[in-house]
Amino acid sequence: MVLPFYWSLMTSIKYNEDIFTYPINWFPTRITFEHYISVFIIIPFARYFWNSSFMASMGVLANLFFGSLAGYAFAKLRFRGQNGLFKMLLASMMVPGVVVMIPAFLILKNFPLVGGNNIFGSGGRGFINTYWAVILPGAAGAFAVFLMRQFFLTLPNELGESARIEGCGEFRIFWDIYFPLVKPALAVLAIFTFQAGWNQFLWPIIVLNDPKMSTIQMGLQAFSYAHRADYGPMMAGSVVAILPMLVLFIYAQKYFLKGIAFSGIK
Amino acid sequence: MRVSEALAKGSKVDVYHKKGISRLGRHQERMAYIFIAPAMLLFFIFVVYPIFKAVILSCTNYDIISRSEWVGLENYKRLLHDNLFFITLKNILYYVSMAVPTGIVISLGLAMILNRKKPGMKTFRAIYYIPMLTSGVAASVVWLWLLNPEYGLVNQLLRNIGIIGPTWLADSSTAMFAIVIVTLWQGVGGNMIIYLAGLQGIPGYLYESAVLDGANRWQSFWHITWPMLRPTTFFVSIILMIGAFQLFDQAYVMTEGGPANATKTVVYYIYETGFEELKMGYASAQAFVLFMIILAFSLVNIWINRESSMW
Repeated sequence: MVLPFYWSLMTSIKYNEDIFTYPINWFPTRITFEHYISVFIIIPFARYFWNSSFMASMGVLANLFFGSLAGYAFAKLRFRGQNGLFKMLLASMMVPGVVVMIPAFLILKNFPLVGGNNIFGSGGRGFINTYWAVILPGAAGAFAVFLMRQFFLTLPNELGESARIEGCGEFRIFWDIYFPLVKPALAVLAIFTFQAGWNQFLWPIIVLNDPKMSTIQMGLQAFSYAHRADYGPMMAGSVVAILPMLVLFIYAQKYFLKGIAFSGIK
Repeated sequence: MRVSEALAKGSKVDVYHKKGISRLGRHQERMAYIFIAPAMLLFFIFVVYPIFKAVILSCTNYDIISRSEWVGLENYKRLLHDNLFFITLKNILYYVSMAVPTGIVISLGLAMILNRKKPGMKTFRAIYYIPMLTSGVAASVVWLWLLNPEYGLVNQLLRNIGIIGPTWLADSSTAMFAIVIVTLWQGVGGNMIIYLAGLQGIPGYLYESAVLDGANRWQSFWHITWPMLRPTTFFVSIILMIGAFQLFDQAYVMTEGGPANATKTVVYYIYETGFEELKMGYASAQAFVLFMIILAFSLVNIWINRESSMW
């Protein structure tokens, strides 16, 4: 199961002559970091790393804040249209992303008053080729709202009721009372959102065509396409692409496993 | 009744919306709309509106460059004669039929094996889960190397036991199978965790009384475990299936749809049509057909599970 990881790590630090050998060379006697250096030089891998980090982190912040705000409202407040809107949200999770891809691209491209567009949305590139093209569509996903609502539902109403009687404003009730209580759910949401943002590929290649804006996954794919047999640097690139998620996992293991199990039960 | 009376009685009455909406209720409602505004705004702009726009787009011949013209159902008629589209459909059906049942069996099997309280189990579960962390691209790149016909680890290990391995991704008869291996490697860990949670929800006394009645391991599984896991299996199969139909990353990175279109998936074709050939109207029609196919399969799945106790 972890053999592929071990093998790609080993390949990334072997000299080229030792990579292409029979029989299998399990423990190299000499190692080198030249492949890591070449992958960072041949393509601007560091820039891609930064791009991915920024987009994934912004996605996490947006989802955490807007998702819990909306989830709280659906769970703890009463308003007209509440049930219908939530059902719409749920139903949307069953729609395959590919249907929405093309129109979403056009919406971003023709967004009025952005990226060279006039008020009717024509003339420029809109949000295309900016970080926002990747961040905005997923900034407050249905999943985030759904998860947070389920969690808020488990909290007692009395906390808010008594605060309301004291004259506490609704936002303060949310921010000071309920929000601090959902930290476990926020951790799960943060991890899943970050993973999704870090690992995504199809949407970024659609909306980002400037190589300077590429994500780390795009960079890795481009490298493997252009340098098909350069397995050393290819493996080095893949190690760098996987490493942040591995580190996150080791650090927050229980939240990963809890989160998956939670989605299965609910 | 008044707010204080209702609360004193401990009733869960919605005191803010009785007899029309009180001032407090109106305030709460206003705040609620503000709270959901960011999420709902994004939802309408990037989910709801696009769905409608997609329907309309699929009836035009929009290609960014020239003016959009309404063509009615012509795109759909074109699809009926589009050989490549049918090839991609065949490919993805092959992939779904291989990846989904196998995925369920393996993850359930792993969950059952690892469902013990022995020390070290947690480490094993983590080990099986770790491939889930990799992106489609990273996993594809790693397996591109592993599946290299000459120096790749897979064929070298096979050579050690006397088998000459196929050329995997260069052979149109094994290429899709190779992709199945990669996605299974990535995905079984996650479903294993879901099955573990499901297994832990099965009461132990069921097994005890079955053993008292003389049931063997297979009977315990078939008459207790499998039926009790129906909701879990339903969830896993739906999620797995919907994801499988939309396979893209691995097909794009490992084989670029080849060799000879053997691994070109429907989503890959839609991407090509819409964003490389810029035929966005036609691509929208393709996307809708895929949507309907996924919907049909999901409905069949729901219908199969209609008698299970979870509804």
